[in-house]
Amino acid sequence: MTAILSLQTRRSGKALRILPIIEIVTLVVAIAAPFVLSSRIDLVTLATNVLILSMLAISFDLCWGLSGIMSFGQALFFGVAGYVIALVGRDLGFSQIWGTLPLALLSGFVLSALLGAFLLLGRKTPTTIFVALGTLTGSYAAERLVSGWQYVGAGNGLSSIKLLRAGSHEFVEGMAFYFLALAILLLIYIAARILMRSQLGLVLAGMRQNEERLAFFGYRVQLFKALVFSVAGAIAGLAGALYSYHQGFIGPGNMGPGLSTTAVLYCLFGGTGTLIGPILGTIAVEVITYALADIDAIKSIWPVVLGLVLLGVVMFQPKGILGFFVSDRERVGSYGARPRDGA
Amino acid sequence: MALLEVRNVGKSFGALQALDGIDVAVEAGSFHGLIGPNGSGKSTLLKAIAGAHFPDSGTITFSGSDITKATPYERSRAGLSLKFQITAVLPELSVYDNVLLALQSDQGLWSLLWSRTRRQLDSEVMTALERFRLADRADDLAGELSHGQQQWLEIAMALAPRPKLLLLDEPTGGMSPEERRVTGELLQPIRNYCALVIVEHDLDFIKDICDHLTVLDQGKVLDDGTVAEIERSARVQEVYTSRV
Repeated sequence: MTAILSLQTRRSGKALRILPIIEIVTLVVAIAAPFVLSSRIDLVTLATNVLILSMLAISFDLCWGLSGIMSFGQALFFGVAGYVIALVGRDLGFSQIWGTLPLALLSGFVLSALLGAFLLLGRKTPTTIFVALGTLTGSYAAERLVSGWQYVGAGNGLSSIKLLRAGSHEFVEGMAFYFLALAILLLIYIAARILMRSQLGLVLAGMRQNEERLAFFGYRVQLFKALVFSVAGAIAGLAGALYSYHQGFIGPGNMGPGLSTTAVLYCLFGGTGTLIGPILGTIAVEVITYALADIDAIKSIWPVVLGLVLLGVVMFQPKGILGFFVSDRERVGSYGARPRDGA
Repeated sequence: MALLEVRNVGKSFGALQALDGIDVAVEAGSFHGLIGPNGSGKSTLLKAIAGAHFPDSGTITFSGSDITKATPYERSRAGLSLKFQITAVLPELSVYDNVLLALQSDQGLWSLLWSRTRRQLDSEVMTALERFRLADRADDLAGELSHGQQQWLEIAMALAPRPKLLLLDEPTGGMSPEERRVTGELLQPIRNYCALVIVEHDLDFIKDICDHLTVLDQGKVLDDGTVAEIERSARVQEVYTSRV
């Protein structure tokens, strides 16, 4: 099917490109969804959650799919930023969008830069396992820390978080919050896509495949990795803040290995290294979870069913669901404008 | 002063003394071969020059600067380039993008992010690919090339930043006789701007391409001289040819 759909021509690089079509269809569906679902506020809330979690999935895709950094700790930045804006709201009474969302970006960026400096900028080149365990440990340690810290609500987390405001307008669950999340996701997606398809994206793709080779070309590989890790941390932080405002709650579980691993699954399910794949993966996993939990016959065993579905995809379709439709050549793509193609 | 000077370099791995007081000098523009039986220390010496590992003793000077403890990044910036023994092209990138990646390594972060040099580097990428007979495969993934073509691609990548010195570790490994002959032809024009240090088992190839040879045996320099001198060397005849 892939071969038929891609219709790749060898020399020109021109083909019926599937990825842009999937991107446009996804955007159209995302714009239409809240109008179609408007009679069911629970589904609009679910759709908003999917948009927010898609940002977390993109942050992991930038790390692993684009740059080869196996981060099992993206929820750490998500959760910390969520706590930061919750505390700013509770202790300072401030929840204006122009201040809190940049603060969330900054929180995620600074924290991931510090962790990245520790994990990635040592004298020796860190192994994938070292980075994976380091990020996982950071995520787990943070979860345990806040679970016992009364100031941040300990195991109960922080609830009744002050609503996000733009001037006097308050963002409550529903259409307005949905389109705010969609606009932010779209901006993140466009920025990530520019990065991914730039000459810098080429460096990151090269790093993912053979970082030693890149070092011998004269690239400061670990610095590039630390930079991408920090940017991905900032995106995760922004997602965490939106999640806190949307749910009105943030707890230890929102920064632990559970959510970190879920972000990995979103990407593996959808197809890593493609940006749109992780979004499709998030939609699929969250919708399947919601649907399975609603079916009486399997209500008690739905996590097992979901787990088996995910296991099947990871084992038998390592390129994710996107791999059914997009050829390897299109997935790899090219970087920067193509002068020979007149682009 | 020679372009590259290796002075009294030693390197051991546990009890094994891989390099023992090695002295080698490579002049600008020369093609310098490192030969010797298996385990003589050729690849270890090449890796020490490239920065893949640091020597335990001695010094390595390149273009007048001490690079003994320099990182691969610093050596690359100084004008040193390496082709690995095991082909290290990036298989999931196009042939074109492999060369572009090598060419753009001196660009700043901002320039890379906005793809500012993509158009101006296009002709250089295509020139490099045409020189190594890969222009018609530019859009294919590098992993789809034959072994010999991957070797050429990697040499094209190593030469793309116009280094002062290229280190080649067994560039004709796995090639057909015809591909070896072509490889020799493809390398000759670089003599105008780049010196070459080459480790190779194919002695005919080495004799055809190099003008200076260093023969290693058991981590030491057995002999050093022009190809003609080495061919006449009694020590090399005695030790080297009896084992190879």
